[in-house]
Amino acid sequence: MYNQTEIIKDTTDLGPDGELVINIGPQHPATHGVLHLVVTLNGETIKKIEPHLGYIHRSIEKMCERLSYRQFIYVTSRMDYLSSHINNTACALLIEKGMQIEVPERAKVVRTILNELTRIASHELWIGAMAMDLGAFTPFFYAFRERELITDIMEDTCGARLTMNYIVPGGLMYDIHPNFQTKVKAFVKQFKEKVTEYEDLVTGNVIFQSRTKGVGVLTAEDAISYGCTGPVARASGVSCDMRKIAPYDAYDRVEFDEVIETAGDSFARYIVRIKEMNQSIRIIEQLIDNIPEGEFVGKTKNVLKLNKGEFYQRVETARGEFGVYIVSEGGTTPYRIKFRSPGFSNLSVLDHIAKGSKIGDLMASMGTLDLVIPDIDR
Amino acid sequence: MTNEAIKEYITAKAPTATYDETGEWLNILVESTHFKSLATILNGQPMQMNFLFCLTCVDYTTHLTMVYHMTATKDRNMNIVIKTNLDRANPIIETVSDIWRTAEFHEREVFEMFGVQFANHPDLRRLILEEETAIAVDETKEAVVETKGYWPLRKDFEDPINMIKL
Repeated sequence: MYNQTEIIKDTTDLGPDGELVINIGPQHPATHGVLHLVVTLNGETIKKIEPHLGYIHRSIEKMCERLSYRQFIYVTSRMDYLSSHINNTACALLIEKGMQIEVPERAKVVRTILNELTRIASHELWIGAMAMDLGAFTPFFYAFRERELITDIMEDTCGARLTMNYIVPGGLMYDIHPNFQTKVKAFVKQFKEKVTEYEDLVTGNVIFQSRTKGVGVLTAEDAISYGCTGPVARASGVSCDMRKIAPYDAYDRVEFDEVIETAGDSFARYIVRIKEMNQSIRIIEQLIDNIPEGEFVGKTKNVLKLNKGEFYQRVETARGEFGVYIVSEGGTTPYRIKFRSPGFSNLSVLDHIAKGSKIGDLMASMGTLDLVIPDIDR
Repeated sequence: MTNEAIKEYITAKAPTATYDETGEWLNILVESTHFKSLATILNGQPMQMNFLFCLTCVDYTTHLTMVYHMTATKDRNMNIVIKTNLDRANPIIETVSDIWRTAEFHEREVFEMFGVQFANHPDLRRLILEEETAIAVDETKEAVVETKGYWPLRKDFEDPINMIKL
């Protein structure tokens, strides 16, 4: 086909119709990870995009077959490292469902608050990084100013800033930090004041709008067929929020709206995420003053054993529907484990939405898909 | 549709299907020869199972089992699991990537991890592992020998260099 290391000197010999193949990544500032796209161009028009994965493949599914039901949760923090709390929650929920472990109310509420804080932190990072890909440098610092407050809260309560590993089967690993509520309230107050700044800087920006509106349009039928979930599908008008469809933890007792846009372009995906952060704040505000007193972890055996059978648990991460599928033979380790990661399906739609557009628009399409590469490779 | 109605509908189309309701969702085991026609029927009216959210494979050492989790966007509480058993020595099944486009990537992943051949797949190549990884170092650790059956997620997979056994 082509040689990746070869430097094309004679441009007259570019194959049929002047096709040119360029490699984007694995070391490219806009892929935010080791994603390798082989793009076939005709002039500046994209003819085909072929993702090459596996640069950060750690065969997590095979690894988990040898880890106990307490151990394998920690590996999932390393998949979608921006939603590590939510990944941990999915695994803990699955084991609780399989073993009928009673989770204390306090743990449920704290988990929900932490999941929403994680979602905000993830979207903050995405706004900064995506605006930077499109040439706006300042939003990155604005977004990280608020994100820093969240990572501080995580550091106090969980002891880590990124891979928290705080959620265990039955509840939480230890109780929340005494200043948890004060700090979260301070964050909520600051976030509500400052979120308008992103809107001023990015949403209302003429250059940003002209680079994202009508770019990378995805219809609702295609979003469903390609298995897209999360903000990508919701921007195309597909209702797919797992927090509404199958509520877990404390989501059944809070009020929030599922944000749905219908345009399906990159700008709609941006708007969905901005509005989602406001909904997350709404959930946190309802729960932060009502954390019940009591135990933070339910009674569990030291060695966990799932009954023979098959279990599936779905949660809504910042990127979409994350699923854990476990086949258990009744032992202390899973017989087979499959992680259905949202990024994997969202990546598969990239070729479809970027085909026929200009290469300059690829960054807008790819940036708004919000790909996290360790989540795709696993 | 309730589980009873789904069972009745599918039994009319595929009489050999067997059902298992012990889990959370309805499990339907069909023969691999009937699978593609059943998948087409499920995607159409009246069930409209248009959202395939998980596609994977399980190695039971005696056979491989393909597992398809699907739901309908008009009724997200209606989830069904379709399973089909494949011969381990020569696993081959019809692709569903023309029905659900998401299956294209998922089938490529199953192909490279389990060695399942998907007939009529548009682009059946390794996705995550590169072709070069399908070679293993032999016992003398000098010569490399190419192995045809390099399927890492199968239970009998051996990699003496990279796998640590506890």
